[in-house]
Amino acid sequence: MSRRPLVREVPPTTWYFRHPRYLRYMSREITSIFIGAYCVLLVVGLQRLSAGPAAWEGFLAALRSPASVVFQFLCLVAAVYHAATWFNATQKAMPLQIGEDFVPGNVISGAHYAAWVVLSVVVLLLAGVF
Amino acid sequence: MAKSHKPVVWFPFAAGGTVIAFCIPVIVLLTFLAALGHVPAGLGYEKLHAFAGNGLGKLILFGVVALSLWSSAHRLRCTCFDFGLRADTLVATVLYLAAIIGSIASALFLLRI
Repeated sequence: MSRRPLVREVPPTTWYFRHPRYLRYMSREITSIFIGAYCVLLVVGLQRLSAGPAAWEGFLAALRSPASVVFQFLCLVAAVYHAATWFNATQKAMPLQIGEDFVPGNVISGAHYAAWVVLSVVVLLLAGVF
Repeated sequence: MAKSHKPVVWFPFAAGGTVIAFCIPVIVLLTFLAALGHVPAGLGYEKLHAFAGNGLGKLILFGVVALSLWSSAHRLRCTCFDFGLRADTLVATVLYLAAIIGSIASALFLLRI
């Protein structure tokens, strides 16, 4: 008798429609496209900054184009979604044990959220937004 | 002992994921405000040039950009695979090369400031 392992056919391009959980996973995966593109924008920004005041003003003017506004809005949504899911995952990725007991998961995630808010407010203050 | 190149890829990936989670939303918010016409004072040429001219500022900017690039490259590689693009070696080579070139370029731009 020959061994016949079970081979389950998985459609390589449409598998994530099979379960809502897979769709949530993919929705997080998609944020990497926007964040990757935004990183390229950051590198371009550094180049413009190093090229002098006129180049930098041109860069800021280019940011105001309608396509750029839409792109940055999508990046903002993607970045916040990535951050929230990342902080939610920390309690599973690095459980913290003190003595016999594990620190409750929502305390670990909550501490990350708190640090995130403080850091963001400090950066906004330093950048002169308020 | 079996040797693996995975830690080399994974450390900057995890560090980059953390940096992206903590820093990128607020940076996007700043440039988004600039895009809406309310340029924050910190994004003015004088202020930002002074920040990037400072050694610590250079280090912060380079750390954020390089780690985010590397983490994004690794995530994009996984995303390509999940969407059915199975030429993993090619995708990985292209994306990691792009991340390395982007990091070197940002270092050069920052040193020029």
